[in-house]
Amino acid sequence: MITERSRLLGSLDPAAGSGYVEPPPRVGFFTDTSICIGCKACEVACKEWNGIPQDGIELTGMSYDNSVGLGASTWRHVAFIEQRVAAPGAGGDETGVRWLMSSDVCKHCTSAACLDVCPTGSLLRTELGTVVVQDDICNGCGYCIPACPYGVIDQRRSPDGDRNVGLAQKCTLCYDRTGAGLEPACAKACPTDSIQFGSLDELRKRAAGRVGALRAAGVADARLYGEDPADGVGGAGSLFLLLDDPEVYGLPPDPVCTTRDLPAMWRRAAVAAATMAAVTAFAFLGSRS
Amino acid sequence: MTDEARASDSGAAGEPAPDASRSYYGRPVIKAPVWKHDITAYLFTGGLAAGSSLLAAGADLTGRHELRRGCRLASLAALSASTWFLIHDLGRPSRFANMLRVFKPTSPMSMGTWILAAYGPMAGLAAASEVTGVLPAGVASRALPGVGRAAGVAAAGLAPLLGTYTAVLLADTAVPAWHDAGRHLPFVFAGSALASGAGVGLLAAPLGQVGPARRMAVAGAAAELAATSVLEHRLGLQSEAYRSAAPARFLRLARGLAAAGAVAAVTGRRSRVLSALGGAALLAGSICTRCGVYQAGLVSAADPRFTVLPQRQRLDAGQAR
Repeated sequence: MITERSRLLGSLDPAAGSGYVEPPPRVGFFTDTSICIGCKACEVACKEWNGIPQDGIELTGMSYDNSVGLGASTWRHVAFIEQRVAAPGAGGDETGVRWLMSSDVCKHCTSAACLDVCPTGSLLRTELGTVVVQDDICNGCGYCIPACPYGVIDQRRSPDGDRNVGLAQKCTLCYDRTGAGLEPACAKACPTDSIQFGSLDELRKRAAGRVGALRAAGVADARLYGEDPADGVGGAGSLFLLLDDPEVYGLPPDPVCTTRDLPAMWRRAAVAAATMAAVTAFAFLGSRS
Repeated sequence: MTDEARASDSGAAGEPAPDASRSYYGRPVIKAPVWKHDITAYLFTGGLAAGSSLLAAGADLTGRHELRRGCRLASLAALSASTWFLIHDLGRPSRFANMLRVFKPTSPMSMGTWILAAYGPMAGLAAASEVTGVLPAGVASRALPGVGRAAGVAAAGLAPLLGTYTAVLLADTAVPAWHDAGRHLPFVFAGSALASGAGVGLLAAPLGQVGPARRMAVAGAAAELAATSVLEHRLGLQSEAYRSAAPARFLRLARGLAAAGAVAAVTGRRSRVLSALGGAALLAGSICTRCGVYQAGLVSAADPRFTVLPQRQRLDAGQAR
C-alpha cells in the first residue's frame, strides 16, 4: 500500500528537506551487476583512498568472497554467487554454472534510518543528498547499526590504535572527492563501468535504459533495485541492476526505514506510560495498609 | 567484514538458516546490535528506577516513610547504575556529552538522554532529602522534606516515560523481533518496571506499609506476563525468535519468578520474610524478561529468514510499502 506520506517522502529532495538552500543535484551510484567481473578493484580502491585498515585475511569458502559483507572496514563488498543452471544443449540438466557478481555499497537512502536515530547528530545529510558519519562527533553509541535495514553501517573494533576504533563507519560516497569534482574511488577504479557515479536523475535514466536493453536481449531476470521512490526507504541513492532476487545477493527484498513506524510506537509507549501512572494511583487509592 | 562474521566462521554461529538458497550463504541481512551486556542491564535498572520513583512518590504523599525511603534510595542507586552502564557501553565513553548536542524526536536514544537528564536530578534530590534525619537541626533540615517531596513528585511524573521509552528504543531498529513487537514492547517494559519497583517496596518496607507495593506487584507482574505472552505467541514468524532456545530459557524463568513473586506478595501479608522473598523474585523476574527480549532480538538479527521472509511475503502479496 502506497501512502500519501511515502509518495511525499519519495519525491522529496533529501538535501532540500534537510535545509540546504538550492542544493546541487543529488548524486549516487548505479551498480550494473550484469557487467561486474568480480575483480574487487572497487574494494581495493575504497580501502586505499579512505585509509581503511585491514580487517582480516582469511579464506571463507564462500566462492571468491573473502570479505563476507559490508562493515566498518569494508565499504565496498563484492558478492560471488555460484548457481547451478541448465547447460546449453544438455537437455535441461543443471550441469552449467551461472556466476553472479555484485559490488554492494551503502544505499544513501532518501529516508535514512541511521541518520534518523543518531543521538549526537554525527550522521549528516550532505548537500549532495548523501549520508556521512562525522568522525569527530560520533561517540560510538551504536544505535545506527541495528537501525540500518541493509546491515551497512558498523562499529570499527580493530586494529588497536586505529583512530576511528569505537566509531560507526561506512561509505561516504567519497565526500572528499566528490566535493572536488572527482568521482568516488570505487567508480574510478571499476574497469567495466559496472559502478557508475553521477547525478541520480541521470543514473535513473541510464538504469532504466539498461534494464530495458537487457530484457529485450532475452535476460528476463534483469531487474532494478532501489530505484523506486515509493519503496520503504523513499528510494535509494545507490541503484542496482540485479539478475536474481535481492535476497540471493544478501539484500533485503523490501526494506523499510524503521522510523516510518516511530510515531505509532511513541503513541503506544505513551499509552503504556499512562497505564504505569494509573496502576500506581490504583495501588495507593482505596488502601488502608 | 564484521567481527561477528569472523566469530561465526570459527564455529560460534547461532542457528543455521534453513533456506540457504534464498540468502547469501546464510549470512544475516542486517547487523545485530553491538551493544554489550550494559544495555540489557540498563533496560532493567532504568525500569527499576522508574518503578521505584512511582512507589516512592505515592509513599511520600500517603505518609509511608520507610517505604518512601527505601524506594527513593533504590531509585538513586538504579539511576547511578543506569548512567554508568550507558556511558560504559559507548565506543567512546569520553564523548558521552555529545548526546547533549541535539534534541531529536526521531531518535529514541536522544529522547531517552533528555528524559534521563530531567529525571536524574529530581530522583537524586529526592534521595538526598532522605539524609535530613542525620543533619543537625537548622534551615536545611527543615527545608529538605519539602524539596524532597517536590523533587520526588517530579521524578514520578517523568518515571513512566523512563520506564517505557526503552521499548521504543529497541523497536525503532531493523531488528525484526523488536520492530514487529513495537505495539507490545512498551507494555512488557511498563509491567516489568512496575514489578521491579514493587519488588523494592516489598524488600524495603515493614508489613504495615507495603499494601500499595503488593497491589503494584500483582498488576505489574500480570502485565509483564500477559504482554510477554503476546510476544511469544502472537507475532507470527517473529514469535519463533522469542520461543527459540536462549530467549525461551530467560522468558520461562521470568514467568516463573514473576508469578511466584506476585503470589508471595499476596500471601505474605503476615510474613516479612515471604514478602521480601516475593520482592526478590519480582526483581529477578524483571531481569530475566529484559534478557529474554534482548536475546530474541539477537536471534532474529542473526538469521536472515526473520528479515527476508516477511518482506518477501509483503512483496508477493503486492503490498510494497
